[in-house]
Amino acid sequence: MTQPTTQEPVEALPPSLPPQLGPRQIARARRRQAAARAWREYRRSLEGMIGLGILVLFIAVAVLVPLFIPSSELDVTRATGTPFSPPSAGFPLGTDESGRSVLALTLWGSRVSLLVGFLATVISVVIGSVVGIAAGHFGRWTDSVLMRVTDWFLVIPFLPLAIVLATVLGPSLANIAFVIGITSWPGTARIVRAQALAVTSRPYIERARALGAGDWHLITRHILPNVVPLIFANTVLIVAIAILSETTLAFLGLGDPLRVSWGSMLDAAFTQGAASIGAWWYLVPPGVAILLVVLAFTMVGQALEAVLNPRLRGR
Amino acid sequence: MALLEVRDLTVSYPARAGAVPAVRGVDLTLDAGETLGLAGESGCGKSTMAAAVLRLLPPGTRTSGSVLLEGEDVLTMRPGRLRAVRWTEAAVVFQGAMHALNPVRRVGDQITEAIQLHDKVGDRQAATRVGELLEQVGLPARRAPSYPHELSGGQRQRVMIAMALACSPRLLIADEPTTALDVMVQAQVLALLEELGRELGLALLLITHDLSVLASTCERIAVMYAGRIVEQGPADKVFEAPAHPYTRALAEAFPTIGDPASRRNPHGLGGDPPDPRDLPSGCEFHPRCPVSIAECPTLDVRLWPAGPDRAAACVHVRDGRPELVYQVPPRPVGEDAPVHQRAVPLDRGPEGSGEPQGGAPVRRGMP
Amino acid sequence: MATAASRSFSLTAGHRRLGAKLVGALLSLAFVLVFNFFLFRVLPGDPAKNLTRNRLVPAEQVQVLRESFGLGKPLHEQFISYVGDTLRGDLGISYKFRRPVSEVIAERIWPTVLLLGVSTMLSTVIGLWIGIKGAWQRGSVFDRVSLGASLALYAMPEFWLGILLLIAFGVGVGSFPGLFPTGGLSSPNTELASLAGLWDVARHLFLPCLTLTLAYIAEYALVMRSSLLDELGEDYLVTARAKGLREALVLRRHAVPNALLPTTTLIFLNLGFVVSGAITIETVYSWPGLGLLSYEALRTPDYPLLQGVFLLFSAAVIVANVIADLLYAYLDPRVRSG
Repeated sequence: MTQPTTQEPVEALPPSLPPQLGPRQIARARRRQAAARAWREYRRSLEGMIGLGILVLFIAVAVLVPLFIPSSELDVTRATGTPFSPPSAGFPLGTDESGRSVLALTLWGSRVSLLVGFLATVISVVIGSVVGIAAGHFGRWTDSVLMRVTDWFLVIPFLPLAIVLATVLGPSLANIAFVIGITSWPGTARIVRAQALAVTSRPYIERARALGAGDWHLITRHILPNVVPLIFANTVLIVAIAILSETTLAFLGLGDPLRVSWGSMLDAAFTQGAASIGAWWYLVPPGVAILLVVLAFTMVGQALEAVLNPRLRGR
Repeated sequence: MALLEVRDLTVSYPARAGAVPAVRGVDLTLDAGETLGLAGESGCGKSTMAAAVLRLLPPGTRTSGSVLLEGEDVLTMRPGRLRAVRWTEAAVVFQGAMHALNPVRRVGDQITEAIQLHDKVGDRQAATRVGELLEQVGLPARRAPSYPHELSGGQRQRVMIAMALACSPRLLIADEPTTALDVMVQAQVLALLEELGRELGLALLLITHDLSVLASTCERIAVMYAGRIVEQGPADKVFEAPAHPYTRALAEAFPTIGDPASRRNPHGLGGDPPDPRDLPSGCEFHPRCPVSIAECPTLDVRLWPAGPDRAAACVHVRDGRPELVYQVPPRPVGEDAPVHQRAVPLDRGPEGSGEPQGGAPVRRGMP
Repeated sequence: MATAASRSFSLTAGHRRLGAKLVGALLSLAFVLVFNFFLFRVLPGDPAKNLTRNRLVPAEQVQVLRESFGLGKPLHEQFISYVGDTLRGDLGISYKFRRPVSEVIAERIWPTVLLLGVSTMLSTVIGLWIGIKGAWQRGSVFDRVSLGASLALYAMPEFWLGILLLIAFGVGVGSFPGLFPTGGLSSPNTELASLAGLWDVARHLFLPCLTLTLAYIAEYALVMRSSLLDELGEDYLVTARAKGLREALVLRRHAVPNALLPTTTLIFLNLGFVVSGAITIETVYSWPGLGLLSYEALRTPDYPLLQGVFLLFSAAVIVANVIADLLYAYLDPRVRSG
């Protein structure tokens, strides 16, 4: 039942560095090495690479779409197709209720969906990290209060809360991103707090404090570097959830009415009766797009977690 | 007929780059009522041996050879017979009883399960038997409804022993029974095992990395290295006058209490146990061996007789010159050891080349 | 080391923890009330104007609205009357239905309970079974297919799945006729209390229930699989095998019960997501429950109704969390006496 022991050689610093090095350069060099090692490890995961490829593709499409499809295609007043017509030569994915090309809508919609997803994630991760680090590092009262707030947000069901907030704030891109961010930071906060707690209790923190290190120094120099990889892996999974949330809110009619997103497409399709007509071409593309993007993020996130936590490899 | 007879047992674990051999051609015999100690460093294959006796290895493991328990080969038994034999003829006491016991079931129930698996007894009868077993290992019977986490490490180990005795086996295999226990508790558990062995006529296979434990408790000792047995014989002789350099290093790694010379010169063995995927050629011990000779890397090593009922896998024993094992004083570990105590090994190549022969990377203590 | 004396101590420790959890739950509920209260009053601008933003309302009505908020009175008085009203069950008057919110909610509860109850039961049982089988036969075709399917189901919006199923089985694709009704709870002119009525409701329930079940199976399957895989690596299973236990029993008696511990509480903790799914699925299928009510409320927008539904959902989830904690403490002896 004993497994063979492996011996990992201690890596020497890259030979290209000059001999006279300050501590900061050494730390940076080490971090670069660690990142390179992590990337090499990540490359070994097939699903991680596939997920990454899909993401790169989607982001490229979202960024480059104005070059290939003019935004005039989204203008309802200038639509040229017959409403609700199935896929044809001129309209590869058919048309919507106003005669616009579903393909154009889907590709343009990716911009909003991805943008809101990223924006919401940034908000969520920033709040979550700040709360998590503060709670984990400062402990006691700060921790109790922050954790009580975190727990409240965790307990309250997401969609009813998001609906109430979005209804009150009004439908706009920024508001939706804000609402999603505000309701999803607790997950990050919990993870970050656990790690911050672990790091803060390590002996070298105590030593640093004895040497006169202030909280800011400890947080930026010690806790943050240890927490960032974890946040990174977690962030990827949060983007997936944020995109799904945007879709749901837009479907319910809480999205920005002036912009097309995958969720708003589904909302329009449904309320305009695409289901009863059987206009599957209007409903399938945005859903498939969401499915692929979320799957891709999930695969990347899982591969990242496996790189960070070797115990999970081989699941 | 010996109670347990292991013949040419080989066990390999599956791995990406090919099977990794954990046990390579081991022969062992154990008679009824006898105590045999199996010693060696981590990774030498002794825990694999313990699991192999009752065919408890993880799926995918490849075994060859035979393990005869009361004359029946465990490795080729049909599953039904194997399940019947398990616990009734031989039982295993695993190390780390915190994880070897189901954490959410009461210890009494777990012992009862063992009893009722092999014997049609009612619950009340089983409960009485559980009480008896607990008393036998020195625990009060009212501990039966406890959960494992409510007991101390030593108590859990006793529970494991009580459970192992539930079906009155003739052989008890104890895999590192005292690791992770305090020294006082270790002594108690060992004394318990010894006593039970005597009272019940149990054969005991005691597996540990702590040679001193075996010296006091066992009649015979076998030492394992890199999946092979490198020495075996009566415990006192093996401990006092080892015939194999590895055994000698193991024995001398334990300081002699009260001897000031021993305190100031800690003895040890440089290097690490070899990686089973990349074993040195010939005698696997030669890279770390203080008395290796030029022939060692190409030697077809096997157990040669080293006295009455003794055997050792060293070339010096084969050549009938066991005293060569003692030509070199044990190697002190540490850079500041006095130079005259750093002996030059025989035939290792040019003086000061610093290049030991063999493959395993070496860290401290080697010139 | 628990002697008889310390065991009575550990009961108190467990009780103390339970008390703390209950206090926490009450605090959460209180905070929901506070949140609800302030949300419409602390926002920039005139609350009455905000509420009537999307509709053409004559100025006098806006003034009446302003007064109904009691905006003239000091804030703490408003809050006290708000809390008092809520505790008495008075949740205000719905704009859309022009009836007490509590009445409207009460009418729509049981369809949601029916839908969520049936789909939770099905998704739990089937999901756990898939997870167990997948973990036990890790790497097999079954495992890989179920993993892939679970991930795909997890990644898609549940209402999208619902719409697709609606088209496929409700409306019919091409020459395939629709097998199930496309919406609602029951067909018109059907006596609900009769056998025919029950069958009718069942037919209407089928598609929304199928959608929700599929959406949640994934989570249970994945969590159970992961949990069981963790257990399968534990040493006590080797001990069980060594005692002579059959492999199937090792799984059933030792591994699975231990792996089930975290998953049983998951059912309750999941209520938050289940509720979110109910809102969208009821919308898709016009199932007249609280979810559809939320949708109708937000379209209006009917703020008293929204607040009331939010309060109810939150309270339900908070209670479910408390139950989950209690259940876990009851099931895991390590938590009980620790």
